[in-house]
Amino acid sequence: MKTGDALPRWAPPVAAMALVLLIDTVLFPSFFQIRLVDGRPTGSLVDVLIRGMPVALLALGMAGVIATRGIDLSVGAVMAIAGAVAANALAGGAPWTTAVLCALAAGLACGLWNGMLVAFLKLQPIVATLVLMVAGRGIAQLVTGGQITTFDDASFAALAGGTIFAIPAPILIVAVAALLLTLLVRFTALGLMVEAIGVNPRAAELVGINTRSIILAVYALSGVTAALAGIIATADIRGADANNAGLWLELDAILVVVLGGGSLLGGRLSYGLTLVGAITLQAIKTGILLAGLPPQMGLILMAVMVSVLLVVQAPALQQRLHRRTLRKAAS
Amino acid sequence: MTGQNRTLLVTIVVLAALFAFCAWQFPFVLSARVIGNLLTDNAFLGMLAIGMTVVIISGGIDLSVGSVLAFSAVLLSVLITKRGVDPTFAFVIVLGIGTAFGALQGAAVHVLRAPAFIVTVAGMFLARGVCFLLTEDSIPISSSAYQRLTDVGLPLGGGGHVTLSALILLASVALTAELLRRTRFGANVYALGGDRRAAELMGVPAGATTACIYAFSGFMAAAGGILYSLYTQSGYPLAGVGLELDAIAATIIGGTLLAGGYGSVWGTALGVLILGLIQLYITLEGTLSSWVAKIATGALLLFFIGAQKLFSQSSFGPRLFARLSVRGGLNHALSTEQPQ
Repeated sequence: MKTGDALPRWAPPVAAMALVLLIDTVLFPSFFQIRLVDGRPTGSLVDVLIRGMPVALLALGMAGVIATRGIDLSVGAVMAIAGAVAANALAGGAPWTTAVLCALAAGLACGLWNGMLVAFLKLQPIVATLVLMVAGRGIAQLVTGGQITTFDDASFAALAGGTIFAIPAPILIVAVAALLLTLLVRFTALGLMVEAIGVNPRAAELVGINTRSIILAVYALSGVTAALAGIIATADIRGADANNAGLWLELDAILVVVLGGGSLLGGRLSYGLTLVGAITLQAIKTGILLAGLPPQMGLILMAVMVSVLLVVQAPALQQRLHRRTLRKAAS
Repeated sequence: MTGQNRTLLVTIVVLAALFAFCAWQFPFVLSARVIGNLLTDNAFLGMLAIGMTVVIISGGIDLSVGSVLAFSAVLLSVLITKRGVDPTFAFVIVLGIGTAFGALQGAAVHVLRAPAFIVTVAGMFLARGVCFLLTEDSIPISSSAYQRLTDVGLPLGGGGHVTLSALILLASVALTAELLRRTRFGANVYALGGDRRAAELMGVPAGATTACIYAFSGFMAAAGGILYSLYTQSGYPLAGVGLELDAIAATIIGGTLLAGGYGSVWGTALGVLILGLIQLYITLEGTLSSWVAKIATGALLLFFIGAQKLFSQSSFGPRLFARLSVRGGLNHALSTEQPQ
């Protein structure tokens, strides 16, 4: 939509984030205060950022998948698998670098599996990734032997709890990942190709885009970012919980992408706005806790949020707005 | 033989093989008691899966059913235990709310043109959230009428019973199969799943049908909640977490195409029995942990999705042939043009 007075694409997500942060500040005046305690920043905002990072990572991978009009339901299960693999390697005495590499490799393998089903067997994304969503937690339990595998490795735990130049490690990991991905898709034609597939897969193929490879790549990337999220979650609790790691986070990740202005009908990709969406969601969750509301209200509030987003994104409403702006322009 | 019939055949073969394997390992599985229990234990899942099948045939998906089941069971326990409402009246209230909730979701899917998946995720959050608002603990249902309902059943011989839950499940399967096969509504469901635009152009009332489809799924989820409360004699807000995935899995294993347009409720009933048998085997084996069920379900899903892909392609033989002959005709036309 290139009408004269249409809002830029980044405006609604950023406005939503600003609104949520404003409400949080009203409820809790010291929301933006950041204090350095023993060289680590503390405060509600820092808490929002750190807590939101695993979902933000999932959402970074999900953003690419959704931009191709796909969906990846398996990210939560992949988190559990990666966490189980990492914890297992550490418990076996492997150094933390090996554990991280093993977990990332497991995530990549899961992502390639999904991508293969979607790109080469032409399965619907929701069906293809459902298989791993159902079986993935079983695989994770297979790796951990049904127990919560714990480990004692300070370097690995630092991936969640450590700081570099007073910046908590998870925030740094997500920022670097988002920056690299943005550079990758905006300084090459990749981003354009991904969006082209989302807008019209057949047209994209006809103009010569290698749709299969790109679809395979976005799912592989989603597997890797999910593995990263799994590593951080595992490092955070110093153990792998195959049953609960990343449970239902796939829904959070999808919601974050939509909050960041992504459309489930594909064709929109922005890693920066996805991060904005992640902060918005976590700020809402933290706000509910700060306001003293029961955490179950979070579920209802998320339902309300999804409903509002759906109404705003509805084609009927968009068309009506579009027509109104056209009429204004004519008169 | 159509592709759908062939996938149904695969389902039957898998069920028979699984049953034979269980009976070989544990001979007492063949008893009427175990078979009766298999139906009772999976009755609530079956109800969800029946509703899910209708939704999936129409090309949609309903992720809210597990939460609606929990909500219904919790509301029942609150109404009956805390408010002293008559169980029959409570059933009517719960079924009414479930149906209205489903209709609302269906209307949203149609009016907002939103993916069914995301609309019903909102419904899932909402129903689960309301569950927790009603209660955070498990509430037992202490009603003598309730106790009597679970004792009702047809004797099956050999100490087995077809309980009320199992009877309701079987009746629901038969009625829904007739609904899909013999009514205009059923034809509309298949038409919408086959090709939505074509169906609308042919005069299928897409909006009303979509609302009815999701209302039906909501009704079945609420009925599943009633059966679940009969089964556990309580209402627990965390009940049925992830049950929607089992319902989807049972539907796919039963031969329904997730893309819509194909499928049958009878297949779904068999799919539910397959999932129930896997669970039964794991319980009987005793040393296996729950991850075996998850991996087995995932593997079965993959197997059936692959089989559908294969069969639907070969059953579209005529279409493939038409495509090839068009291409051949074009080549012919091109080659005849060239000499000039």
